[in-house]
Amino acid sequence: MSTTLEPTGTPVPSSAARGITGASVRPGDRVFLGLSRGAGLLILLTMASIAIFLVVKAIPALQANTANFLTSTAWFPDQSPAVFGIAALVFGTVMTSIVAMVLAVPVGIGIALFIAHYAPRRLATALGFVTDLLAAVPSIIFGMWGLQFLTPHMEGLGEWLNTYLGFIPIFTNTLGLYSKSILIAGVVLAIMILPTISAITREVFVQVPRDHIEAALALGATRWEMVRLSIFPFAKPGMISAAMLGLGRALGETIAVALILSASYDINRHITEPGGNTFAANIALRWNEAGPIGLSALVASGLVLFVITLVVNMGARAVIARRAEFSGAN
Amino acid sequence: MAKRIDVTDLDIYYGSFKAVEGATLSIEPRSVTAFIGPSGCGKSTMLRALNRMHEVIPGAYVEGKVLLDGEDLYGANVDPVNVRRTIGMVFQRPNPFPTMSIRDNVVAGLRLDGTRRKKAELDEIAERSLRGANLWDEVKDRLHRPGSGLSGGQQQRLCIARAIAVEPQVLLMDEPCSALDPISTLAIEDLIEQLKERFTIVIVTHNMQQAARVSDTTGFFNLSGIGKPGKLVEMAETDVIFSNPTQQATEDYISGRFG
Amino acid sequence: MSGITSFEGDQSTALLRMALSGRRLPRWGVPAAAVVALAAAIGLNAVTGIDGVAGTLVVAILLFVAGQTGWSFSVEGRRHALDRLATTAIYATFALALAPLIGLLATVVVKGSQVLSSSFLTTSMRSVSPRSEGGGLYHALLGTLEQVGIAALIGVPLGILTAIYLVEYAPSGSSRHLARVVSFFVDVMTGVPSVVVGLFVYTAFVLTLGMQRSGFAASIALTILMLPVVVRSTEEMLRIVPRSLREASYALGIPKWRTILKIVMPTAIAGIITGAMLAIARVAGETAPLLLTTFLSQSINPDPFTGPQSALPTFIWDQFSSGTDASVNRAWGGALVLIILVMVLYAVAKIIARFAGVKKL
Repeated sequence: MSTTLEPTGTPVPSSAARGITGASVRPGDRVFLGLSRGAGLLILLTMASIAIFLVVKAIPALQANTANFLTSTAWFPDQSPAVFGIAALVFGTVMTSIVAMVLAVPVGIGIALFIAHYAPRRLATALGFVTDLLAAVPSIIFGMWGLQFLTPHMEGLGEWLNTYLGFIPIFTNTLGLYSKSILIAGVVLAIMILPTISAITREVFVQVPRDHIEAALALGATRWEMVRLSIFPFAKPGMISAAMLGLGRALGETIAVALILSASYDINRHITEPGGNTFAANIALRWNEAGPIGLSALVASGLVLFVITLVVNMGARAVIARRAEFSGAN
Repeated sequence: MAKRIDVTDLDIYYGSFKAVEGATLSIEPRSVTAFIGPSGCGKSTMLRALNRMHEVIPGAYVEGKVLLDGEDLYGANVDPVNVRRTIGMVFQRPNPFPTMSIRDNVVAGLRLDGTRRKKAELDEIAERSLRGANLWDEVKDRLHRPGSGLSGGQQQRLCIARAIAVEPQVLLMDEPCSALDPISTLAIEDLIEQLKERFTIVIVTHNMQQAARVSDTTGFFNLSGIGKPGKLVEMAETDVIFSNPTQQATEDYISGRFG
Repeated sequence: MSGITSFEGDQSTALLRMALSGRRLPRWGVPAAAVVALAAAIGLNAVTGIDGVAGTLVVAILLFVAGQTGWSFSVEGRRHALDRLATTAIYATFALALAPLIGLLATVVVKGSQVLSSSFLTTSMRSVSPRSEGGGLYHALLGTLEQVGIAALIGVPLGILTAIYLVEYAPSGSSRHLARVVSFFVDVMTGVPSVVVGLFVYTAFVLTLGMQRSGFAASIALTILMLPVVVRSTEEMLRIVPRSLREASYALGIPKWRTILKIVMPTAIAGIITGAMLAIARVAGETAPLLLTTFLSQSINPDPFTGPQSALPTFIWDQFSSGTDASVNRAWGGALVLIILVMVLYAVAKIIARFAGVKKL
């Protein structure tokens, strides 16, 4: 093995000349270790400062606020006295994300299954590439497309839901208007988080050992039974964390939602009607017109979004980590 | 219970590659048949073609006939899923389902056939199958622990228990001991001896001594040349193959001159 | 020889045949069901008044699923019916995902190519009113190249160094705990929404340190967004480099840092470049952090450190929000340019990965 290595630039002095004693860490290593450790520390510093600066800069607005920050739906931070709260933002963020998850999780898992175990091998590689491309499309383009081209098609769906499922409160539409709704924003979000979900689940599906698949088939399982018997149990933690990472992305998505929703500060349960707002979209839309307290209020809402996505992402990582330990034991 | 298998002029393909050519053989019920031969000679492919497991690889197909008691396994109306229920299989490496308990592993196949069974009935079948696989005494106190916690030899017997729980006619074993230590290997060989009273057993093995120890009939497979398909060179009673084979290639292989 | 079977008796043979031969749908069953479903859907259209291609297809698919499952259930039984239902559903999900991608790309190409011209690429929006045709995105393209370029210059080396720390130094050193913490926060950082990163850069660098809202402020935000992606992909590549290579180098008396630079990095370099390019492609289309950290500009500003500087995403945002026919068309033109930029980065990265990946031993 060693004979195949090219000698490196400078000739290494023979051990006789150099001796076998000396500093245990040589200068080159010290510098390199210092640089690389510094880079690692910088990441910690960045994360810490994100938290610190958001908290510090949120305080002025929170102190000036005369409404309840958590339960108020109003957003007038630059009035005096300032009145603002995140209730409408929470509702809109959660509703768009729920719509996105309901659509994207099953479809994402279906795509992953299709690529990993149903499609012919050669087609599968190409299809994997295509779904990855979907992930590379910038979100502003999703927003434009959702507004100009998806909306006209979705209006029919909205009407249909109102006509046939209108007895379910969320599908009721009393306005007769079906554009710029939470439903449409949720559908666009679903398309945007699909690649995240399907890429991660696909990775786990491919890792399912061939032995387990053959064990199921040899017992006389149909392909679907094999999927349920061998693939899903093995891939469950991966599927859960994929869904949570997708959720994290949906919660924080800004521009596409800002373009599609017709921003309003109320809690409207009719998701096919225009209206709704999310943390991220609200920040982008209000930023350039906000005064000092307005900016601070937006920072405060951003802090809440930061904490929510942090919790979701840490949860996803925890699920993956548990799995790593599990498979390490085998 | 046990059935005979008759293979006539079977060619096995993976896409355009012909892996096995012109195999014709008969496997007697309630006996152990061993397939031996050098690596890549098609013996495992042959075994997998007996319960259509080779079809798991896309593009695989066969020409010729495989009859189970006169029924063609490749007939137009035959469902490969049902073939695999009738002809069970044990693999080279033990592969219990890692997320299931020992008991659930054993009854995994029964859960598939669509009939609802009572828990007590499943428990009974689990016990019977584990006893049949000589594993019951070792695991009866930890039936609800994961199967992956067992030793390699125990895992392999668990897989055998899982295979016999669905009451197959034939049991195929693809080098079932190659991943095991000598003691575990002996335990499996003893088990094979007992199982042949109830099942027709076909075993692929690398180990000639194993073939000599456990089988009644032995088939010797060999490559007809580099890049050419594997062929069944000779098949006869095990004693005959090991003492007095008719083909020179068989004798060379048995006496360790190649492979 | 086959005569021996007769002692088993005819009855058991019949039982065996039943056991093996579960009845299956004919080979032409699936296409036939599809054709019938489509025909029925078109027929139904006249009755129910559902119109449009999309509506007809949805009805056809539903009919197909119901028909095939029902037929399969009656002929093949529950298990096979379920299997076919699952197969259809899985194929359908795939079509469902492919449709928006194709629709979106087609839209961008069709709408964008209408305004794409050499003058669109070489002029700015200076003194072009939102209502009038003409103008271009040269200023924005320049801004994006500068901002993303600076972000890459900072983010890629930092990311690679962090990965080297995590893979090469931390496991053997005394700082295993620190490494674990860094690794955890790299993961967490991946999930921080881009708008929050924009908020952070604004509050820390603009409000606190007195930096201008500028192209460089945007670069800092993009660096933060890029960093964890570069770390993760580099880490993955370094881990693939076989241990035996490192040991061979150590055995020759080559110090660790030289081993990393001369042996490990060259082996993994293609993968590292691929990861970096994917990270760059990812951040090139980011809009939200730019909105918070730069001022929009309609003119060419080659200096990322002072004054307002445009970028492709903010150009698109601005033109699209202006809402006139001419400006929306320009937004689509910008979208086409941006998507081409991202896709080229992406494709090159994938090609490098395919042809020069780490050689597995």
